This record gives sequence, structure tokens and C-alpha cells, in this order.
Amino acid sequence: MSVLVFSSVLFATSIAAGLLGALTGLGGGVVIVPVLVLLFGVDIRYAIGASLVSVIATSSGAAIAYVREGLSNIRIGMFLEVATTLGALLGAYLTAKISGHWIAVIFGIVLLYSALSSFRKWPSSIPVGHVNPLARTLELSGTYPGPDGPEPYTAERVPLGFGIMFGAGTLSGLLGIGSGAVKVLAMDQAMKLPFKVSTTTSNFMIGVTAAASAGIYLSRGYIDPTIAMPVMLGVLGGSLIGTHILVKARVKTLRSVFAVVIIALGVEMIYSGITGRI
Amino acid sequence: MSKPTDQDVDISVAAMLRFGITLSALVVLIGGALYLRNPFVPIPNYHHFNSAGPSLSTIAGIFHGVVQLQPRSIIQFGLVLLIATPVARVVFCVVGFARQRSLLYVGISLFVLLILTYSLSNGAH
Repeated sequence: MSVLVFSSVLFATSIAAGLLGALTGLGGGVVIVPVLVLLFGVDIRYAIGASLVSVIATSSGAAIAYVREGLSNIRIGMFLEVATTLGALLGAYLTAKISGHWIAVIFGIVLLYSALSSFRKWPSSIPVGHVNPLARTLELSGTYPGPDGPEPYTAERVPLGFGIMFGAGTLSGLLGIGSGAVKVLAMDQAMKLPFKVSTTTSNFMIGVTAAASAGIYLSRGYIDPTIAMPVMLGVLGGSLIGTHILVKARVKTLRSVFAVVIIALGVEMIYSGITGRI
Repeated sequence: MSKPTDQDVDISVAAMLRFGITLSALVVLIGGALYLRNPFVPIPNYHHFNSAGPSLSTIAGIFHGVVQLQPRSIIQFGLVLLIATPVARVVFCVVGFARQRSLLYVGISLFVLLILTYSLSNGAH
């Protein structure tokens, strides 16, 4: 295959991944790794390197819109980034210790989880009401625009949320993904933050978390410029198109289709990892 | 001078992010165009991982290649700019929290910055 064909096909695939990732909220990075590994036969370490770079691009791109809306909570985000960046260092360290087969299997499981969580209707968070003293000390509160004016909120179960965030960071560093689904789980379900605040703050954190493992990836040679170039430009372009076109009516169908694709890729990753083809 | 609100910090952060992404995408694009000047060269072997060596995995090596207009080094330089964008964002937050006199959060953001610096200094030598 010539470099032109490889770059063009990868660029087109990445646009599609970025577009679908933005429309469904699952992120584009999550499909880039299995596509590179299973379809293009690229070593999984190059694949996670390219994916991580595209994750930084899309999260920073989407964050421009979110921070303007003022929905993301930078204090909560910054506090939890202590957990995610430490986790990301651990994850990036583990990629060198764990064999490619196991990384493929873990990746497959995370793909299945992401797809299933996109189907699941989370029960809306009902605050317990008593103020967490840790949340007060750390000023983990804010207001968000509700139907009847600004509604205040305060984080609950701070240590649990912090712990889940450490896990999310580890997965991000190990697999080169944003692990937004796990981050939202920590904030929405564990810390009982409003859903909109959770998703936008999660996005705020993805770029910083990814940057923490990117330095280590770079020094280990996981980031190959000739693979990362079409992936980064394609995913960024696709996600920018995705956030600007409004096809809300079709998003539900699209999400189901995309989730099925992700499930198929997840099963294939696990199978290939176990049989040693990756 | 009045203390800036979180919203003021957010707006400057958004402008910085836009600048960082646009710049890095442009540099990657230029490097990519140079790389594809020889479009029919076969692709390298991506099936087996072998580290690219210091020319693409250290900041000094990348700078050296950029000066020599090596296409792959230029792409890699664009990617380093991209990685630096969220780091710059944390620096903005340190400054923003300092201007709000929020000592606790200056400390927290400095700690996050320390972790990021540790990771990136891995690539510096």
C-alpha cells in the first residue's frame, strides 16, 4: 500500500469516526484503535498513540463551545484531574508492562461497556441533601441554568468519585481513549452532579488527562507521525462537522447503529486478543 | 482591578484553546502535505512495533528535524503543540485562581501541572 492510499483511507475513516463520535457522544477515539488494529493491521501501540492524540484534539475542540456556555465546573474538574492524571501515569506505565493481547481484551471490554452505557437510561440524580464537609472545604459546588433560574448543586460522595476518576485515568492512559463514559459515571452517578455539568466537565478533563499520558507515549515512540497525521486531522474535522450539523431526529437511530458497530468491534478485539492474533 | 469571575477565565481559556488547536492542525497539515510529496512510496511496516528513535520521540530530536524541514518531524512538532494545549489550559487556570485569591485551587492546579510536567519531561531527554 502506498503512503497516499494509506493516508487517504485512514483520513476518510477518521472523519467518519469523529462525526459519529460527536453525534452520539461516544467519542471518536474509541473506534479508531480497533479499526487501525483489525482493519489496517497496525500494532496496537501505534494505534493507541494515534487515538490519544485525536482525543486531545476533539476534547479541546468541543471544550471551546462548552466553556463559553459556562456549564463546566472548573473547580470540580481541576480537583478530579489530580485523580485522572495520576491514573493516566499509571496507565501509560502499564502499557509497557502488559502484552498487546491483554490490552486488546481490556479494550474490548471497555468498548462493550461504552456501547451498553449509551443504551442505558440513567436514573436522574436525586441529591441526598446533607452537605458533604469535604465538598464544602474543596468548594465543589456551583449553579447551573435551570428552568426556574440558576439552580445550586454540591458534589456528594467525593472520595468515591475521586476513586472512580483514578480508574478512568488509568484506562485512558492504558488504552489511549478519553474514557468519557467512566468520567460521567463518576460525576453523575457517584457525585450526584447535574447531568449537563457532568458531561461538559468530563470533556474539560479529557484533554488534560490525555496530555498526562501523551508525554510518556511520545518518549516511548508510540506516537508515529505518519499514522497520527490522518487520524488527528480526520477525527478533528469529523467532530467539528458533527457538532455543527443538527440532525437531532436521527441521532437515536444513529446511536443504536453506532453502538452495534462498537459491540461488534469489542467482541472482535476480545476474540483476537485471546486467540493471539493481536 | 476587580477579581475576575470563573466566567472571565472561561472566555480566555476558550480563546487559547482555539488558538492551540488551529495552530497545531495547521502545522500537522503542512507536515502532512510535505510527507505526501512522494505519494507512491510504500508504507513502512506498522505491523510490528519498533520505537522511532530519539529523532521523533524527544523534544530536542523533533526540533532538530523541524529545522531540517523533515516532514515527519514537522507533523510530530504539530502534535507536540497539540499536547501542550491542555497544559497551557492548566497554566491559565493557575493564573485565574491566583487572581481570584483562591489559594487552595492554585495549589491543586499547580499539582496537576507538576504531574503533566513530569510526563512531558519524559520526552525531553
